[in-house]
Amino acid sequence: MNTSHIKFIIKSLVVGVLLLVAGGLLYWLFAASRWDWIAKYLPLLVKGLWLTLLLWVLSCILGMILAIPIGLVQVTGPRWLAAIAHGFCTVIRGTPLLLQLWLIYYGLGSLFPQIGMIYPEFKNDFTWLIRLDAFWYALLAFTLSFAGYEGEIMRGAFLGVPRGELEAARAFGMSPWKVLTRVWFPRAVRLVLPTLAGEVVLQLKATPLAMTVTVMDLAGVVRNRITQDTYIVYEPLMLLAVIYMCLTFLTVWIFSFIEKRVPQKR
Amino acid sequence: MKLNRRLALAVAAATMLAGASSAAVADIKFGVAAEPYPPFSSKDASGKWVGWEIDLMDAVCAQMNEKCELVEVAWDGIIPALTSKQIDVIWSSMSITGERKQTIDFTNMYYNTPTVIIGAKTGDKDITPEHLKGKVMGAQVSTIHEKYVQKYYAPAGVEVKTYATQDEANNDLAAGRLDYVQADGSALDAFLKTEQGSACCELKGQVKDDPEVLGEGVGGGVRKDEAALKDKLNAAIAELAKSGKFEEITNKYPDLVGKMIVPK
Amino acid sequence: MAAKPGFPEILAFGPTGYGDELLWGAAMSISIALLAYSLGLIIGIIGALCKLDGSPLTRGIMEGYTTLVRAVPELILILILYYAGTATLNQLLESAGYETVAINGFVAAVLVLGFVQGAYSTEVLRAAIQAIPVGQMEAAKAYGMSPWLIFRRITLPSMLPYAIPGLANLWLIVTKDTALIAVVGYTELALATRQAAGNTKMYFTFFMVAGLIYLIITLISQKGFAILEKRVRRGQRKLA
Repeated sequence: MNTSHIKFIIKSLVVGVLLLVAGGLLYWLFAASRWDWIAKYLPLLVKGLWLTLLLWVLSCILGMILAIPIGLVQVTGPRWLAAIAHGFCTVIRGTPLLLQLWLIYYGLGSLFPQIGMIYPEFKNDFTWLIRLDAFWYALLAFTLSFAGYEGEIMRGAFLGVPRGELEAARAFGMSPWKVLTRVWFPRAVRLVLPTLAGEVVLQLKATPLAMTVTVMDLAGVVRNRITQDTYIVYEPLMLLAVIYMCLTFLTVWIFSFIEKRVPQKR
Repeated sequence: MKLNRRLALAVAAATMLAGASSAAVADIKFGVAAEPYPPFSSKDASGKWVGWEIDLMDAVCAQMNEKCELVEVAWDGIIPALTSKQIDVIWSSMSITGERKQTIDFTNMYYNTPTVIIGAKTGDKDITPEHLKGKVMGAQVSTIHEKYVQKYYAPAGVEVKTYATQDEANNDLAAGRLDYVQADGSALDAFLKTEQGSACCELKGQVKDDPEVLGEGVGGGVRKDEAALKDKLNAAIAELAKSGKFEEITNKYPDLVGKMIVPK
Repeated sequence: MAAKPGFPEILAFGPTGYGDELLWGAAMSISIALLAYSLGLIIGIIGALCKLDGSPLTRGIMEGYTTLVRAVPELILILILYYAGTATLNQLLESAGYETVAINGFVAAVLVLGFVQGAYSTEVLRAAIQAIPVGQMEAAKAYGMSPWLIFRRITLPSMLPYAIPGLANLWLIVTKDTALIAVVGYTELALATRQAAGNTKMYFTFFMVAGLIYLIITLISQKGFAILEKRVRRGQRKLA
């Protein structure tokens, strides 16, 4: 009796607090929050969304393309190549993406003008390289990061394909290339498919880091333009959270749709 | 019920942590942008904050006979930090503008400097908007300088890039991603004196003044409902101006001498 | 200005080098990570038990919490909670007639990262508890063990082997997520590095050194978790 009493009190307390929070949030949303800035900044927000999507999708695709050889050489490659690939994965996975991004943008970015100072002809021929927008540095950083994480997963997937299938393929007289493209790779991809959705969502959630190197992606527009101009803090951030949430759910939904389409026989 | 006791313990620990950090004594918290802004405020190699503005802060606090605490805040969140009471004063080279006055209050101006444009050595000295058509110009976002550039240079066909901090803009100028940067004269002067700045860039000249855009100088930001603190700061600034303390501080920074206007 | 120090000297300890600043930043990062991780574990244990045994209401709340947190980028959560959290707390305190408190970056970082970690640990621990064979629990109940005893004797030891890999992963994530605190201006390793790099313009040197520090933390942690996993798996059959 005593415990059920306490349980009831705690429960009503929790419900009360939650109702209070929800009520406060609703009051804030309808009475205290300001949304008049949306109309003015809509074009910028759309542009930012476009940059975010571009950064996300391109880095996933390019990263995946890089990840396949990185995974493969760790399984079958010569020892030195495997060691390099393994080292790459360890470094990428062991350091914060924010730091990698800064290293590439500030470090690599300051390297080109230094070369230009020593060799003036470089400066004339490669002005585009010096002028390269921060977006491309961010894309490079995100691509390498995705390749590092996905390379490790691909390694596991290549290992996870049953030996017997590969032996059977070889017994049919397939060339090593054919074994790879017809059997090994398709089977490995099917093994990673269930984890891919999670990785792609993680990549999406990493994209706002780009705002720290002057990229005007969605988060950049919000933090480095709207909040700076209007001093409205919470509403743009809320909008940002909602947009990212929608993108996440959309991704999960699309991937579960694809997964259902791909036959999963073991 | 063990679980609830644990929960209570965790909550208690969390509140204790928050309480311990909240410093019971009522120090005045001066918010300084964490990003370096030499020669006004930057962290030296020993981890100490140094610069003209930091010296002035110490002088003001001594004058007010108050204990002050320097709090590092990200520049892009410095006004929210003030309004959400994480700091009490913004002391970070913030120009007094009408727009900002809608959200916060300012003390009287404590320094003012001319607005200048610097650029790559290879570029022209002529900095009229018409002449810079097609060039790329950088400014710190939502500062008076960005407003000025957007008002005069953007319509003339100059591409404007904005940066969250001045340091980033300077860095991009040195990296060749920008042709010109407009900002506060003394800060850019300090940049030109660095190895990086002197290698790439030079002073191009002052821009035409427009008080409506360029504001009334730099002041300390305070919350709107705290007139007492504002008056106290103003009194201290006025007192220091009278006693010649401003000149004394400026003389410690030879690069600044003759380049800035301080209250008299 | 004196002659500029070069590569190794710039990392020296003391007033001329940035070695002590970086090390201090690293210490901050590790403390934030440790405290946030512990807070996340506490939330995770409560959350997992709520999700498994709770009423529909508590389960619904927990479901909402984990889904929301895992769908929004950590950086944005940190920004929202850092500014909105402190402002709301102070408004509440003020309306209740108390002095406002200034939550410093350290505490805010711990609370925010702990809140985010809690969602992930909830899922890890829930999955691990669910992986325990039902028979074990039933047998324990049949022996008349109290819920607390069951948790201590059965649930905890038999779920750990399933939970350790996930928890190890979360620890590695939180050590790297502390770098995000740099964005709200608290000087941990990443911001200390950026300040040093910005002052000296030696970007490669400093970012490489900081990367090395993070890498060392990661590698040591991995080793530690491997030993721990071996220990909690003692007596279990080897995985094929």
